[in-house]
Amino acid sequence: MRKTKQLLTVIGLMTIGIGVAQADYTMNLMQGATKLSHEVYEMHMIALWICVAVGVVVFGVMFYSIYYHRKSMGHKAEQFHENTTIEIIWTIIPTIILVIMAIPATKAMIAIDDTSDTEMTIKVTGWQWKWEYEYLEEGIHFFSSLDEESNKARHVGSGIDPQSVPHYLLNVDNPVVIPINTKIRFLFTAADVIHSWWVPDLGWKKDTVPGFINENWTMVDEPGTYRGQCAELCGQDHAFMPIVLIAMEKVDYAEWVKEQKALVIANANAANREWSVDELITKGAGVYANNCASCHMGDGKGMQGVFPALSGSPVVTGDIETQIELIMNGKGMMPAFAQMLSPVDFASVVTFIRNDLSNTVGDSIQPSIIQEKQSAITVDEDDV
Amino acid sequence: MSAVTVENDDHHDHGPAKGFMRWIVTTNHKDIGTMYLVFALAMFFVGGVMALIIRSELFEPGMQFVEPQFFNSMTTMHALVMIFGAVMPAFVGFANWQIPMMIGAPDMALPRMNNMSFWMLVAGILLLFSTLFVEGGAPAAGWTMYPPLVLQTGNALPFAIFSIHLLGISSIMGAINIIATIFNMRAPAMSLMKMPLFVWTWIITAFLLIAIMPVFAGAVTMLLTDRFFDTSFFDAAGGGDPVLYQHLFWFFGHPEVYVLILPTFGIASTIIPVFARKPLFGYASMVYATAAIAFLSFIVWAHHMFLVGMPLVGELYFMYATMIIAVPTAVKVFNWTATMWKGAMTFETPMLFSVAFVILFTIGGFTGLMMSLAPVDFQYHDTYFIVAHFHYVLVPASIFMIMAGCYFWLPKWTGNMYDERLGKLHFWLSVISVNILFFPQHFLGLAGMPRRIPDYAVQFADWNMISSIGAFVYGFSQLLFVYIVYKTIRGIDCEKATDEVWEGASEHGLEWRLPSPVPYHTFETPPDEIPTEHF
Amino acid sequence: MNNELERKHTKLVRKLFFVVIAMFGFGFALVPIYDVFCDITGLNGKTAQVAAVETKYEIDTTREITVEFVTSLNESAPMLFFAETKKIKVHPGQYYTVNFYAENKTNKPMIARAIPSITPGPAANFFKKTECFCFTEQRFEPNQGKTMPVRFVVDTDLPAKYKTITLAYTFFDNSTISVKQ
Repeated sequence: MRKTKQLLTVIGLMTIGIGVAQADYTMNLMQGATKLSHEVYEMHMIALWICVAVGVVVFGVMFYSIYYHRKSMGHKAEQFHENTTIEIIWTIIPTIILVIMAIPATKAMIAIDDTSDTEMTIKVTGWQWKWEYEYLEEGIHFFSSLDEESNKARHVGSGIDPQSVPHYLLNVDNPVVIPINTKIRFLFTAADVIHSWWVPDLGWKKDTVPGFINENWTMVDEPGTYRGQCAELCGQDHAFMPIVLIAMEKVDYAEWVKEQKALVIANANAANREWSVDELITKGAGVYANNCASCHMGDGKGMQGVFPALSGSPVVTGDIETQIELIMNGKGMMPAFAQMLSPVDFASVVTFIRNDLSNTVGDSIQPSIIQEKQSAITVDEDDV
Repeated sequence: MSAVTVENDDHHDHGPAKGFMRWIVTTNHKDIGTMYLVFALAMFFVGGVMALIIRSELFEPGMQFVEPQFFNSMTTMHALVMIFGAVMPAFVGFANWQIPMMIGAPDMALPRMNNMSFWMLVAGILLLFSTLFVEGGAPAAGWTMYPPLVLQTGNALPFAIFSIHLLGISSIMGAINIIATIFNMRAPAMSLMKMPLFVWTWIITAFLLIAIMPVFAGAVTMLLTDRFFDTSFFDAAGGGDPVLYQHLFWFFGHPEVYVLILPTFGIASTIIPVFARKPLFGYASMVYATAAIAFLSFIVWAHHMFLVGMPLVGELYFMYATMIIAVPTAVKVFNWTATMWKGAMTFETPMLFSVAFVILFTIGGFTGLMMSLAPVDFQYHDTYFIVAHFHYVLVPASIFMIMAGCYFWLPKWTGNMYDERLGKLHFWLSVISVNILFFPQHFLGLAGMPRRIPDYAVQFADWNMISSIGAFVYGFSQLLFVYIVYKTIRGIDCEKATDEVWEGASEHGLEWRLPSPVPYHTFETPPDEIPTEHF
Repeated sequence: MNNELERKHTKLVRKLFFVVIAMFGFGFALVPIYDVFCDITGLNGKTAQVAAVETKYEIDTTREITVEFVTSLNESAPMLFFAETKKIKVHPGQYYTVNFYAENKTNKPMIARAIPSITPGPAANFFKKTECFCFTEQRFEPNQGKTMPVRFVVDTDLPAKYKTITLAYTFFDNSTISVKQ
């Protein structure tokens, strides 16, 4: 019903040609939330209008000629085929226009390059298919992935209308938060393949390259929520690793930092306590849906020939240590989850897989043991 | 085409062999040209079906038909098939048919190699298709095949790489053949600066191919050894650098996009003067502009990589160098306009396509100029704005001119006029739908939609739907082209073409002085006189 | 006539074939050329792969450069890895030593390699390491932890516009590759 209505609207708009007037039909670059993004927008507009002006002149001449210099109008063809003067003129004019365009572009480029005197640094790491943020000064650290609602709706045959999901595909579980009026430096790297971190409102994007570090900076003027996406093809779920950047007043930001630090302690405590099997399975179902279901499917049946089934898989029904190691380190297309899941999430999803999805192994693993096995992140946080 | 050529063959010495074997073993430039063109048309539809799968999935938000991995395979295969299977072979097909006739030569210089390069192309493409059926699916890392992502490809990787080797060898052989033909086999009166512009653009293209295809072959070979022999050209873990691949790829890739457009310029420069009934304006500057574009294409590659983290000087250099390309390109557009100016124009189908080409290619050029500005490209990069840009210079430019070339030369090749009424219908359907298809993609990109995604946020829904509608109309209108070509070849209610075909054409090119349809063998003795329209 | 044409073809094709081979070689030659180019321009923030000789500089006490140390693990590296000093203010020309800690979290021996990268890229040329765990592959016994020093100096010629240099290390687990070799 909705589809038909939409289709009709579209066709209607096309026929009357007023698509332009519709608010929903975003057509131009956004001005963005920073001084730099405004500059970029201005330059885009200058370039656009220069192109339009040149186009009007050239196409104007062409259409004049097409109309008047037709055989059916009785026009006789002249036989000229060279004119050095005019050729020189129309080589020089574009050159001048280019120089005019190059000047502001060079200025903006120099401004973008100036990463000096930043007040704080956030390290961004691209993963298949989520983002990792690390606040170097504050020691705050978290992963950010597609929010649960979008994630449920995004599968073939999910039966959920994307229009009904708030910010479909542009919402995350843990947004990255920054203070306004602060020059912030971002460091970029990746853990597996190349990604590209893009929030259009900041006016730029930057590639994250495994083994290499890149940087860029921003200073947001207005509090607000700015949304973006990964812009470099990074595998099957490239479309499903959005970015949500929340810019806050400095006071609110300080409050947020405090909360985050408290959370670290709470998480560590959660990992240290004893969890019951039922508790783990319940928690694990959610973790599974967010991290595993896109390949192994919601029912654990996998996809023939591409993604192995988990139901009845020898790895799942076999030794628990083997399964834990495989999830930690990944294999082929399977990402390594060692750093991506908290000890609680990790232990619960392992327990869930072994006792659900038509599996009945019956054993479980405690978060505290996972924490032992896990590497960097947990200890790094202790270290802070 | 075959049937007609056979029937009208008035040479009594050695005509084409009979039956199917004729096509397998032929060394005749016209036969091979036909095979290239028919193959290109077939691949155009295969690649087109892939495009329609992409546009169906993007018709509305949410995943409806395919899994993301398969979607990525489709974008990858669509690009590879269209570039290496449709556009490049179509140009080689035109080169085979036209270059010997345009320069007064009896055949291509190396006829047996000619046959081999065609069949190697077929083998390469079939090998590429075979990857659709191996474990892990067809390559899905984009046609640019950036590591480390491409190294995650399943069993398809070695097949895809070997297929690229075959396609590369095939087009290198084609290029060598074309260069040898043009250098050694021109009619005595045909000095370099009297060659038709189509011949000029092709020889420059051939040199580009010889320079870049081996580099590409080398780069993908490094991918192969990285994956299977533990080298680390592109693997940071072993001290390599994934960005190095991008430099190698775009050193090939940027000239490659000119390979896809330069012969187009040649076809346009051949068609427009005929229908303006005027000599081409600024012949010499056209030649120099083409050469300048080809030269510049080697020194601008990193404008595809503004985001990888280049130092400021690098960004600025590649920005300036890229902007300079606008100058020779503008000169070409001005020259075409001046060629039309004060002519006595008529608008048969080839001319309609050519005029649309000049306008729509210029729009593609404008967005190209905008993208050359590095700081703004920080926004444009990897969005649908880029997709719109390169489709504007590939579809309503390259593909349109390939269609125009077919309408233009088909009467000469077959002796039958195509159906002008249907030709015009095909043109109008194409030109309208192609703009509905690609113009909204500019808006999508600017609004923030990244490329190569199978699903998108709901605010992109409307333009995507319009674009998809355009795609289906454009795709299905091309069936009309097949019908028109079939009708013309078979001579089903067609007028017979005159020898000159187009009024005054014999002043514009040697091929129009031959009988229609052209005999199986032409110019066995070189012509004494050549058209001198430029001088 | 025909023979002459054949000869012309052969000569030309030979030349073109040579160009093709040369360009194939050029593709591979670009690999070392690229490294040299990166060394000269600091493209991509690559640092020297071998230790610099410790030479004496005149210490520039008028300037203070902030040097940051950032650590990452590639997805496949089951390790613990951090810089013991996260940030240090240095004078150009003076030598400093900072420590990094890395630990093998598995109960198997591991061979891992740390890849250094510097941003801003052009500063890489002015950042000299006389001692670094990144020059060679590191071998870790099961569950072994190591403290590893990095000794460096910021060249006094560092352009004034660079006030912060970030040195990032990413550890890659190369056990499988190295075992094969």
